[in-house]
Amino acid sequence: MPAPDDLTCRELVELVTDYLEGALSGRDRARFEAHLLDCDGCPLYLEQMRRTIRAVGALTEQGMPQAAKDDLLRRFGDWKRVRAGPPVPGR
Amino acid sequence: MPTDAERPRLPAGREPAAEDDDRRLVAALRRGDDAAFVALLDRYHAPLVRLASLYVADPAVAEEVVQETWLGVLGGIDRFEGRSSFKTWLCRILTNLAKRRGAREARTVPFSALSRPGADGAGPAVDPGRFLPPGDAWAGHWAGDLRDWGRLPEEALLAQEALAHVRRAIAALPPTQRLVVTMRDVEGWTAGEVCGVLAISAANQRVLLHRARSGVRRALERYLEGTPPRCPPPTT
Repeated sequence: MPAPDDLTCRELVELVTDYLEGALSGRDRARFEAHLLDCDGCPLYLEQMRRTIRAVGALTEQGMPQAAKDDLLRRFGDWKRVRAGPPVPGR
Repeated sequence: MPTDAERPRLPAGREPAAEDDDRRLVAALRRGDDAAFVALLDRYHAPLVRLASLYVADPAVAEEVVQETWLGVLGGIDRFEGRSSFKTWLCRILTNLAKRRGAREARTVPFSALSRPGADGAGPAVDPGRFLPPGDAWAGHWAGDLRDWGRLPEEALLAQEALAHVRRAIAALPPTQRLVVTMRDVEGWTAGEVCGVLAISAANQRVLLHRARSGVRRALERYLEGTPPRCPPPTT
């Protein structure tokens, strides 16, 4: 039988992000880890969340469209010319 | 140059490498290196467009704000001293420009939802029907077995087909959850960076991240186990 202070699995799944982020209090972290030792399902759930995070991390994103890039590269060229230009008179 | 020991310690993850890489690219940008400029444009394009979209409704205007941001970078890079990271500085330029454009468009949503995560698709991480019901001696504990994803080959969740499901799941999230999980888990930003750029509390950031990750896990579970998109609640 679970003790009154034990986390339920249903409570634990809502704490997984706080646990992984290191945001649980010492007491809650201890309760979380005690539950993991004593539960078949929750370690598997935690592993599912870890694999989910890895899968999200494998996504890639689009870079800048070429036309926008070309435009900015032209402006970069202007910027370089202005910067390398003759010193301002009077300095 | 500060030594490694003087630099603030960064949380574990991809950030230190990314930040060092930014430092190199910014130094090359100052020397007028086109390739470094292009690398930065590509690296930050998606995050900047996504950030701008918080303030301006029109995607074309968001793209314009991003272009203006880079002109702002060129105008200010010689005065950028690296007290904050380049990423933070860049986002501050974008946010200021986007807010000004957004004020003209009278755009306030969905940014306001960021500070009220409760308004953003609240729901349990796992369907309540997966747990034993109240009244059971083990109420709130798993009612059935979970699949051991640790026994799947590593590629199972990284194959194109699985990633397509992940991408769709993220696209289907409420905008603020999508934003936070993309910044954190796709782009590898730290919690502190996300909170700073979005002006949200650490607790709100975690709530949004938690809901987003939980939603993606459910989508992957459906993909792996072929369960229907929504389990009907148990009839009592």
